[in-house]
Amino acid sequence: MGDLYDSQRAMRQMRKAALQRGVVAVLDVGTSKIACLVLRFDGPERFRSIDGIGSMAGQSQFRVIGAATTRSRGVRFGEVEAMQETERAIRTAVQAAQKMANVRVDHVIAALSGARPRSYGLDGALDIAGAMVTEQDISQVMANCEVPDYGAGREVLHAHPVNFALDHRSGLADPRGQIGNRLTTDMHMLTVDATAIQNLFYCIKRCDLELAGLASSAYVSGMASLVEDEQELGAACVDLGGGSTGISVFMKKHMIYTDAVRMGGDHVTSDISMGLQIPAATAERIKTFYGGVVATGMDDREMIDIGGDTGDWEHDKRTVSRAELIGIMRPRVEEILEEVRARLDAAGFEHLPSQQIVLTGGGSQIPGLDGLASKILGQQVRLGRPLRVQGLPQAAVGPAFSSAVGLTLFAANPQDEWWDFEIPADRYPARSLKRAVKWFKDNW
Amino acid sequence: MRQMTALRRPQSPLRDPAPSRLGYRYQRLMLTPGFRLFVRIGVPLIVIAALAGSWLAKPDNRALLEGQVAQVKQNFQERPQFMVQSLLLTGGDAALQSRVAALLPDNFPVSSFQLDLETMRQTIEALAAVRSARVRLGEGGALEVALIPRVPAALWRDGQTLRLIDADGVPAGTVDARSDRLDLPLIAGDGAEQNIAEALALYARAGPLRDRVRGLVRIGQRRWDIILDRDQRLLLPGADAPAALDRIIALNAAQDMLERDVAIVDMRKASRPTLRMNAEAAAAMRRVNEIQITNGANN
Repeated sequence: MGDLYDSQRAMRQMRKAALQRGVVAVLDVGTSKIACLVLRFDGPERFRSIDGIGSMAGQSQFRVIGAATTRSRGVRFGEVEAMQETERAIRTAVQAAQKMANVRVDHVIAALSGARPRSYGLDGALDIAGAMVTEQDISQVMANCEVPDYGAGREVLHAHPVNFALDHRSGLADPRGQIGNRLTTDMHMLTVDATAIQNLFYCIKRCDLELAGLASSAYVSGMASLVEDEQELGAACVDLGGGSTGISVFMKKHMIYTDAVRMGGDHVTSDISMGLQIPAATAERIKTFYGGVVATGMDDREMIDIGGDTGDWEHDKRTVSRAELIGIMRPRVEEILEEVRARLDAAGFEHLPSQQIVLTGGGSQIPGLDGLASKILGQQVRLGRPLRVQGLPQAAVGPAFSSAVGLTLFAANPQDEWWDFEIPADRYPARSLKRAVKWFKDNW
Repeated sequence: MRQMTALRRPQSPLRDPAPSRLGYRYQRLMLTPGFRLFVRIGVPLIVIAALAGSWLAKPDNRALLEGQVAQVKQNFQERPQFMVQSLLLTGGDAALQSRVAALLPDNFPVSSFQLDLETMRQTIEALAAVRSARVRLGEGGALEVALIPRVPAALWRDGQTLRLIDADGVPAGTVDARSDRLDLPLIAGDGAEQNIAEALALYARAGPLRDRVRGLVRIGQRRWDIILDRDQRLLLPGADAPAALDRIIALNAAQDMLERDVAIVDMRKASRPTLRMNAEAAAAMRRVNEIQITNGANN
């Protein structure tokens, strides 16, 4: 754990340095597209004269000054598969965003969507014997959490303290200064494949960029597309991406569960491509223009040219009715949603007080998806679009950009994670000067 | 039957070719503020400096450049507006004016850029006979020099030379002989030139004696002697000399004192004016007195 703990701390330091410089890029490495946004941090009131509005819940402290997307290459299931290709794609996106921003970016905060995320709920306890809870106690109770054996090739990506309880009082957000006997905490820990992180890290390093943070795409798209009461009362965000579908469950403004289904919009496209015998590019175009999941009588009459380039008249003039297209798409979308349902059931989503489900991501733009999803996932389903942030171009406000927008929020004010707290005293090196200083501070 | 229209090709996805590693690095470098400043300002400066330096490294080019600059400068300076055509001297007598003209440039027309008026003025004022001069470029391209000459007030015998000296005690030239300037009084003696005003005042008061005054001599740097013709000498006191002179003039008017055979009238002590007669006169006086005494004794 120590190694990752240190590298996460190092990334937090890097983020601080980037904020001091005022410019940081966020990079959403997805399966179908790579989005790069360049943010400028200037303090909350800088753009008031231009925009005419005051601070918006702390988000006005930054502004998007550059945005670019590019077709993703070499990424499958949200994981880097071909390093050089991915590096090139990242370079394309970063260069275009830099060009738009007209500023050089050195620090980047990245999100990755796949890498087989796995959630763990941890709890720890500490006897404080009627004393006041100090920061050191909080560090200690988190250190006391029993970390499960999550496997050798995996890394901790997030570790949020979700809840603190003091004796019989639970649901404390900040127990510091309170008096009790037994402090317990619940933590949510997310682990991902170490190789996926290393590959992404390597690609970003090859682009002369410094990684200033790493987040799960499901988590950040939940941050962007769930409204505040949904985050508070309990909701799931389903990010229908290109190669994987991320699920994140929020409660009391904390992520409590994350998972990913290794299926997404690209699988729908490949179904169409295979079913209609057309190239993937044409299939993608037909899907985005004519796709749907609920067939009506009208759709039998709407014929779509699927074309071809062979020179054979019969082949090139093929048409397909929209109902046929929907007939191809719907089973796959259903399969994805049923898989999501299964994951949510496994996570015990039905026990939450509110069971709102928000569909976002590029795949959520399929017409009629909300009707289909409410049949599979339950009645409380809505389509979510990301929060509006300042300076975001109109082309990047759609649901496909919810994880990119969520990353900007993550960059601006990240939630406290395990590594943001003090190091517990017993983990200091035995002869550390810091330890001696700490002893003096605690005893006088 | 085949339809004879062009095939509608499906739109290919938007091409966004990846930049090369070098291109990417170049763009990032160009977005670095310091480097951009260097490229925008530093590089042009360096290029210009290098070009100019390499061109000027050849002596021929330097000579060419200097020649061009000199040519342009001359062309500008010799425009008719800047040319000085003539010299206009005012003030002073002809002799002085010819001496001053010799000091000034005579190769008219000459460009005004080549005339240093201040130096000219100092050169002219360095002449003994010129008290002050004004030099300016007047209308019609004339170099106007206005002279204020020194007016000699006395002759000063300075060792072997006879100098003209003005009322301020400044020498204003020399003369060869006393007879050249008979209108001026002659002064002599140590420190005479420093007290020229006193001498001139005494000379002015001399009145009826003016024609007889041959000169004034400063004695002991404190008082004046007036030398008359026939080697008569009036010894005036250091203080209140004009009053003493007035007394002498009054005595002279009353008794024709100076017509007599008096050598020295000593007025140094106002309470005891003293006359010294010539040796012959004294002898004659003594003889007369003896006769009277003898006659008286005989009586």
